[in-house]
Amino acid sequence: MRIPYSWLADWVRMPWAAPELGSRLTMAGFELEVLEAAAPPFSQVFVAEILSAQRHPQADRLQVCKVNAGPAINNGEPLQIVCGAANARAGLKSALAIIGAQLPGNLNIEAAKLRGVDSQGMLASAKELGLAEAATGILELPADAPVGTDLRAYLTLDDPILELNITPNRGDAMSILGIAREVAALTNASITGPAAEKIAEEHPDTFAVHLDAPDACPAFFGCVVHGVNNKAATPVWMKERLRRAGVRQISPVVDITNYVMLELGQPMHAYDLKKLRGDIHVRLATIGESITLLDGKTVKVDPDVLLIADRDGPVSMAGVMGGERTAVNDQTTDVFLEGAYFGPQAVIGRGRRWGLVTDASQRFERGVDPSLQRRAMERAASLVRTITGGTIGTITVTQAPEHLPRRTPVPLRRSRLQQLLGVTVADDRVVSTLTALQMKVEATPEGWRATPPPHRFDVAIEADLIEEVARIVGFDAIPEEETVAPQRFPSSPEERPGERTILDVLVGRGYEEAITFAFVDPELQRRLFPERAGLPLANPIASDLSVMRVSLWPGLLRAALENQRRQQDRVRLFEHGAKFIVTDRTTGATREVDALAGVAAGARLPEQWGVPRDLRAPADFFDVKGDLEALFAATGATDILYEPGELACLHPGRTARILRGGQEIGWLGELHPLLVRELDFTYAPVLFEIDTAAALAVVKPRYREISRFPQVRRDIAVVVDEGVSLSALAERVTLSASSLLQNIRIFDLYRGPGVEAGRKSVALGLIFQDISRTLTDDDVERLIASVVADLRAKLNAKIRE
Amino acid sequence: MSDLTSLVQQALDEVAACGDLAALDEARVRWLGKKGTLTEQLKTLGALPAAQRPAAGQRINEAKQNVQAALDSRRADLERQDIESRLLAGRIDVTLPGRGEERGGLHPVTKARLRIESLFRRAGFEVATGPEIEDDFHNFAALNIPPDHPARAMHDTFYFADGRLLRTHTSPVQVRSMLAHGAPIAIIAPGRVYRCDYDMTHSPMFHQLEGLAVGEGVSFANLKATLHGFLQAFFEKDLSVRLRPSYFPFTEPSAEVDMSCVFCEGKGCRTCKQTGWLEIAGCGMVHPNVLQASGIDAELYTGWAFGMGIDRLAMLRYGINDLRLAFENDLRFLRQFRTF
Repeated sequence: MRIPYSWLADWVRMPWAAPELGSRLTMAGFELEVLEAAAPPFSQVFVAEILSAQRHPQADRLQVCKVNAGPAINNGEPLQIVCGAANARAGLKSALAIIGAQLPGNLNIEAAKLRGVDSQGMLASAKELGLAEAATGILELPADAPVGTDLRAYLTLDDPILELNITPNRGDAMSILGIAREVAALTNASITGPAAEKIAEEHPDTFAVHLDAPDACPAFFGCVVHGVNNKAATPVWMKERLRRAGVRQISPVVDITNYVMLELGQPMHAYDLKKLRGDIHVRLATIGESITLLDGKTVKVDPDVLLIADRDGPVSMAGVMGGERTAVNDQTTDVFLEGAYFGPQAVIGRGRRWGLVTDASQRFERGVDPSLQRRAMERAASLVRTITGGTIGTITVTQAPEHLPRRTPVPLRRSRLQQLLGVTVADDRVVSTLTALQMKVEATPEGWRATPPPHRFDVAIEADLIEEVARIVGFDAIPEEETVAPQRFPSSPEERPGERTILDVLVGRGYEEAITFAFVDPELQRRLFPERAGLPLANPIASDLSVMRVSLWPGLLRAALENQRRQQDRVRLFEHGAKFIVTDRTTGATREVDALAGVAAGARLPEQWGVPRDLRAPADFFDVKGDLEALFAATGATDILYEPGELACLHPGRTARILRGGQEIGWLGELHPLLVRELDFTYAPVLFEIDTAAALAVVKPRYREISRFPQVRRDIAVVVDEGVSLSALAERVTLSASSLLQNIRIFDLYRGPGVEAGRKSVALGLIFQDISRTLTDDDVERLIASVVADLRAKLNAKIRE
Repeated sequence: MSDLTSLVQQALDEVAACGDLAALDEARVRWLGKKGTLTEQLKTLGALPAAQRPAAGQRINEAKQNVQAALDSRRADLERQDIESRLLAGRIDVTLPGRGEERGGLHPVTKARLRIESLFRRAGFEVATGPEIEDDFHNFAALNIPPDHPARAMHDTFYFADGRLLRTHTSPVQVRSMLAHGAPIAIIAPGRVYRCDYDMTHSPMFHQLEGLAVGEGVSFANLKATLHGFLQAFFEKDLSVRLRPSYFPFTEPSAEVDMSCVFCEGKGCRTCKQTGWLEIAGCGMVHPNVLQASGIDAELYTGWAFGMGIDRLAMLRYGINDLRLAFENDLRFLRQFRTF
């Protein structure tokens, strides 16, 4: 809301200059967003009168004017000004920028010769003075404007404008009056605005109104005005105030209704009386009904929309916008003025359905003072008569008083006030504060009972009163008081590792953490996970951010690609966050899984000196598996298994499904070569994703006795079929070697000369140890023999010598 | 016996001339070995009269000791020279980079979040979480935001077809935590939140920090102290904090929290738009309707709540000037935050 300082000063005695007023209002809950002057800086512009205007001898469109700018300018001699504006005419008072004037937009006025005729200045338009976005001619000032006066002073253009942020609970503050009330409460002053005008009935005509939905519209004030001249000019002072408040000027009658709304907070509407057919009914829309609004848009309204309608249909969407059919225009001579009370529930959200957020709807949905309508109507009618002429009829009121909101007393306990704020406010301060806010305050044994004024829709419970006291006393007056927290030891299961600990493992292994959006491109996601359903957003911001991710991979792959595009040829990224798994496709029920995922593409190690050639190769499955194993190692789990798996997006021969205790906890694999090509990756990315909670639960370590006897190591090279997995091999060895086997090391894997095609040689180091004695050579030979025999029998293995 | 003296001199000269340990060893054998020249001299003793033998033997032994001492000393010299030359040959360029994997890093928003969590944990708060896909009840209704409430318009909510939504703030975690644990309670709830708004200063996904403390006698004065204490601790600055009245449906009284600008210390700069203040949070005393909807006796208990942007805290802390950078995951950006 834009508040011109001078307008506000008409309504309340103002002890503060604009910046101080702004900070006081900010600290009272009305945040100052912008403080600016009513016009951009300009100088040396004066009220001047055009004495004569002759056609320029060399140019049809130009006039040569003699202009009087008062005794102080040019020794009172008229100045010769060449002017291109069509409205420049003898007798007009306008704005003259003399030689040396500086206008907005770095325009400096100098002596000039236009088509051979001297010009000693410039007659300025509202646009040239920064008072309007556009203008059709030079500024027209009232006939009584005093010639020679500095224009800034005459139009009070140094008037500061305060743009305040009004919170949605304070509809009552969306007016000059409303802000004046706040200033009055802060300064213990009283409201000094124009007194309510009494209207004498000047003709007997009235217009009938019926309230068919009295709960939505319990009061409707009307007034018929005959003989208006809507071609008249809106006076400069009103135009200026509307402009400063940010409201477009339209026609005198509409300007007046807007002016009253800005001043008092009561939205008003003017109908062209001659266009109304029969009585007006305030009623809910019927099914299929539509209305063409002032902005020319036709909307089909829902049955919960309140309309004003005559015999021929709707003439206004109540509290939102008037209709086109009965709108006033410059031909209008007879007007029916509306000043109604529409309940917030009848207006809230209605216009918004069609993108209509109007000055009126914003006020009605927040709550307009239900006692304000008569006063607003009197103000509007009297302004109409003054500005457009005409005669005023009786102000009629149609109402259903039982539906008008009533303010009930709200109790306020002294003890609660103290407890909630943490500070004691003196009794008389409480009473004076609430009284200054126009509340009726009574004392009770526990404290007080306060009845809020009709304009306050936001004071209903004790906490509301406490806020009002705190707000006016000032939040700064409340001390800071540290809480003494009782000592408690929150449960802290060792089984659940801290997030930082987990993430640091990956950070230590060269991964950067990414944070990607939780909604992803449905195309990409479907391509990666055709078997998983993603939950689509009903109102996405973009089609490639429209479905909830079922894995962190779509986001990570995008991030990896974008980095590749930025010439980063080695990418290691991880992300920790929720993925959204649809558990029931018909209901769309979802489970949020806390996932940890990563992607590695490009060289195994950062480029560096002195590393063997194979460490410069692109990272592969086993590099990333090593990273995962580092994570799992910290869990103490001994039951993690990798089994060959299949996922549509991964290389079918390089995919592992990861199990823990027989349960799937994640996936690891290389991106499918087709996708590598489609997405245009330089290096095939290797991906992993685990279910954080299940995968990384910690098994509390338990001490086992350390043997004091030496360990014995025997190495064997076993040739088996390619199809025999290493885990199958190790499992056989473990089963056949007895519990004396402490560890198996795999130290070489060989294919080539000496080993038949389709087979591989695996070098195993077997480490034996007994807890109670030293193992003899015989013991070990026996163990090895049984392992070898078992491998020969079960895995068709050959032992390489 | 001048013969012996000249022999010793000859031996000492040879020892001194030995250039390496092998030559020295040869000299030792030649002079002091079983058949060495000086050892041989002992054999000449037999030819001497008995009375002269002890004196002659002693001279020979002295000569041997003399030569042995020279050998030892030369050996020590040669060994030192050997080590020195080996050390010289073994010099490396210590400025060459170390081998292996580089360190990665946490996202700055995560760094800020973990720092926040650790500060609040030490102050006695527990960290709570909640789902990101929420229902209307937890995100709005229980927070005193009925349907069509004007405050909903400020939220720009992402919806799903069935009416569920992406949480627009972390406040639903308040409700869930109170329903689950009752009062007294002191939690923070950091997490991702979503609003359909995307421009220079808005991301459709961002991070919020919710704080909630409910107990007997919990007051606005406590809230002020917690916010001020936290912001000072987080920024490690003696900054001022001011609360000014505002409006949120779920708190009453409600306040916006400004802190003195961390860049200009309140003097006025571009970041704070010359005001000296940075808007950093919203807060207030939990509305009785919210306590009731969360199963808490609003007469017995009072509480405060606040919400602030983690991304904004991270940006201010690390001098990041564009929120969108935070979610582009540019490695050149991320690598700047590799510190502990």
